[in-house]
Amino acid sequence: MNLPPFQQLLDAHGADLHRFCVAQAGPHQGADCFQEAVVSALRSYPDLLDDRNLRGWLFTIAHRKALDHHRATARRPVPVPDLPERGAMAATVDGELWGAVGRLPEKQRGAIALRYLGDLPYADIGVVLGCSEAAARQNVRAGLAALRQEVSP
Amino acid sequence: MITHDPLEERLRGTTTESSADLAAVLARADAGGLIDVAYATADSPVGRLLVAATPLGLVRLAFDREDDDEVLGQLAARVSPRVLEAPGRLDEVRRELDEYFAGGRDHFELPLDWRLSAGFRKTVLETLYADVDYGHTVSYLELATMVGNPKASRAVGTAMATNPIPIVVPCHRVLRTGGQLGGYGGGLPAKVKLLELERGHSVLF
Repeated sequence: MNLPPFQQLLDAHGADLHRFCVAQAGPHQGADCFQEAVVSALRSYPDLLDDRNLRGWLFTIAHRKALDHHRATARRPVPVPDLPERGAMAATVDGELWGAVGRLPEKQRGAIALRYLGDLPYADIGVVLGCSEAAARQNVRAGLAALRQEVSP
Repeated sequence: MITHDPLEERLRGTTTESSADLAAVLARADAGGLIDVAYATADSPVGRLLVAATPLGLVRLAFDREDDDEVLGQLAARVSPRVLEAPGRLDEVRRELDEYFAGGRDHFELPLDWRLSAGFRKTVLETLYADVDYGHTVSYLELATMVGNPKASRAVGTAMATNPIPIVVPCHRVLRTGGQLGGYGGGLPAKVKLLELERGHSVLF
C-alpha cells in the first residue's frame, strides 16, 4: 500500500472539510475544529492501514472534532453571546440555515452536513456516523424534512 | 429530468474561505515536527525546479520535465507520506540556488539528506560532491578511478542518471571521455547551460 502525499489529500478534500467544520461548529470553533482535525490526521497518517477511503477517513476525524466542539458548546450553562462570531457567520455561511441544522438531533445534523458539504455516499456517511447505510439515508431524509419546517423557503 | 430542490441547493451552496486556516495548519504541523518532507518550487534559468527537504536537509531536486505527482509520490513511498508544500522550509535552499545561478556562489553550504542514494551510487555521488569543483569537469572513467574502481565507469553513469539532487550534487560536471556531453536528467540544454554558467564565472573564484 502506498499512501499518497498528504498535500494531495489537502488539495482534494481540504475545502470541503473546512466548510463542513464551519457549518458544524460555527466560524470560530469551526476554524479550530478544522485545524485540529487536519493536524490530528497528519499525525496518524503514516500508521493508516487502509488507503481505500481517505476522504471518508478525513471526514470521520473532522466529524469527531465537530461533535466535541458541539458538545462543549451545549454544556455551557448560558449561551455565550459572541458578536464577532455572528458577524463572521453571516459573512461566510448561511447562518439561518446552518443554525437550524445545528438544532437537529446529532445523527441528522451529521448526516446532512456529510451529505451536502462532504458529498459523501450514504455508505460512507454510515461509516462516519457508526450506523447502517439505510439509517444514514433515513437520517438525511428526516433532517431535510425537519429543515423544511423551520427554514424559510 | 433533473429537479432542483432549493433547500438541497442552499445546503450545497455553502462556501467558506479556508486559506487562512490551511496556513495555520501548516504552522502547527511544522511546530509539531509533523512535516517529514517539505517541498516548494523554484524558478531557474534551467526551468522550474521542484525542491524537497527533510529535517536533515535537501533530499530531492527535480527538473520540470519530471512529473511533480510522480516525484512527490516517490517521496511519500520512500521517505514518509507526511509530504506538505511548505515553502518556508525551503528558503535557504532557494536562496543558495538563486546565488548559484546568479554566478555568486561556487559551492553549496545547505545540509543534504543522502537517504535516496545507497551503496556504490552513494559513494560516487558523495565523491563527486566533495571533490569535483565548480568550473571543472571529469569523465565517467576519471570519476570511477576517483572512487577506486576504474572498471566501473558504466556504474558511475548509472549513479549520475539516478542522482536525486542534481545541480547541487554536480553530475553536470561529468562528461564522456573526450569531452562529449553524455546524458543529463534535466536534458542536454540544461547541462550545457550549467557548464557555460560555471565556465563564465569560474575566473571569479
